[in-house]
Amino acid sequence: MPTGNFVSIRNVSLIYGEGEDSILAVQDLSLEIEKGEFVAVVGPSGCGKSSLMKLVTGLVRATRGEIYVGDQRVLDPIRGVGMAFQNPTLMPWRTTLANIMLPFEIVQPHKRLIGRDRARYVAQAEQLLATVGLRQFGGKFPWELSGGMQQRANLCRAVIHQPELLMLDEPFGALDAFTREELWSVMQRVWIEKRFTGVLVTHDLREAAFLADRVFVISPRPGRVIYETRIDIPRPRTLQTTFEPRFVDIVHALRERISQELTV
Amino acid sequence: MTNARRLQIAIPWLVGVGLFAVWELACRVFEIPPFVLPRPSAVFATMYDYRGPLLEHSLHTLFTTIIGFVLAVAGGTAIGLAVGASSFVYVGLYPVLIAFNSIPKVALVPVIVIWFGIGTIPAVITACSIAFFPIAVNIATGLATIEPEMRDVLRSLGANRWEILTKVGLPRSTPYLFASLKIAITLSFIGSVISETVASNIGIGYLMLSASSRFEVPLVFAGLIIVGAMGIGMYAVCVVFERRMTRWAFRSQDLIS
Repeated sequence: MPTGNFVSIRNVSLIYGEGEDSILAVQDLSLEIEKGEFVAVVGPSGCGKSSLMKLVTGLVRATRGEIYVGDQRVLDPIRGVGMAFQNPTLMPWRTTLANIMLPFEIVQPHKRLIGRDRARYVAQAEQLLATVGLRQFGGKFPWELSGGMQQRANLCRAVIHQPELLMLDEPFGALDAFTREELWSVMQRVWIEKRFTGVLVTHDLREAAFLADRVFVISPRPGRVIYETRIDIPRPRTLQTTFEPRFVDIVHALRERISQELTV
Repeated sequence: MTNARRLQIAIPWLVGVGLFAVWELACRVFEIPPFVLPRPSAVFATMYDYRGPLLEHSLHTLFTTIIGFVLAVAGGTAIGLAVGASSFVYVGLYPVLIAFNSIPKVALVPVIVIWFGIGTIPAVITACSIAFFPIAVNIATGLATIEPEMRDVLRSLGANRWEILTKVGLPRSTPYLFASLKIAITLSFIGSVISETVASNIGIGYLMLSASSRFEVPLVFAGLIIVGAMGIGMYAVCVVFERRMTRWAFRSQDLIS
């Protein structure tokens, strides 16, 4: 039964492998995400955060429990989700523009329309590139771009088809601190504009607090939700916000919870 | 053009000429009899004298080789895609492929002759059968090494298997394909010449066999050099195609030049 929340994860457990070698990655995890909400999932490495991503998108099926997205139970890969990983996974044989237009070639109704209306789609893609500061770079190949630029293009590809659900698995993890913080603002700008439901998996607590409406802390494996907090800081948040006491307090509280969990 | 670049173009020719010079010198200094190892000057003289038959037979060999090669590309690509795309096909077919590839193709020629008679057809089949294996293996490798994240991105967009194959699998395996073509074209020459040597009345392999039975050793060497030269030529054609089709895979070289 759906609950009215957009994403609903109920008592989900995930076991990888069989018999002696099986690993309990996620145990009895429950999470509710509202439509248009941006949540962050944080926790120590190896706590099953990435498993959570795969569970929600249906790339991996839960061993126990139920997951709903929209009002559909997730049993197979769900369609039209935007995804971005730490590794930009752009296709080296496509230009940046052609890369970010990939979802148009797969997701309906764009797949049907793009043949007739290519110019409009190209314009849309170019406009999105401009939003993230890549106006001149559509014709360049991914390997001609810096790591930060590739990750910008990766974000574009994840959101261009206006997905209802965007899954981000440490997309800023491999970037230097300056680029990372700049991309937080880019990400926030895109989210404010498009208001998709976002799930960000990260181990950077400042990143989680900056971007999310709510932050969930997951325990070390097997992963369970052990703490949840709402970030009531108005948007748009700026880098200045991250130095304000209330922001710092939130990050401290999160850090405290995680270190408690690790020392037990 | 810089001096370094000029040198890079000249070096293969210099090495070739140097090799012939050493060969010529060795034959003269050690007084090797021409029916054991003819001097290159004698070989080239023979090549000129027999230019008519040599041209006819080598063009025929080139023709059969290219047909065999093209068939191998088609067949090898199809098998490689099947093996790379499905683990069932992989498990089922791979041992058979390896077994077939382990058979010396020269042992296969008599059987093919029983089926199709002597001449062009066995040469084409032998060339094809020896060349398809590296193509199939490389295509399968290209498909098998797709980054899982890339696959996940496409699957979560709703792509089906066919779309994943055409949008990621095929472009991803083109560099592997072209790398294998360079091996396959030289193997094709081996295949067709072997078959012509064993069972044919036309082609450079046949010409060499009949020349050696008449102890015309310089003519045999002329044939060998021509086969080698055709191999280099076709290899170069493959390289040109490779550079055109998979420029993205050679980005480092492009950035330098």
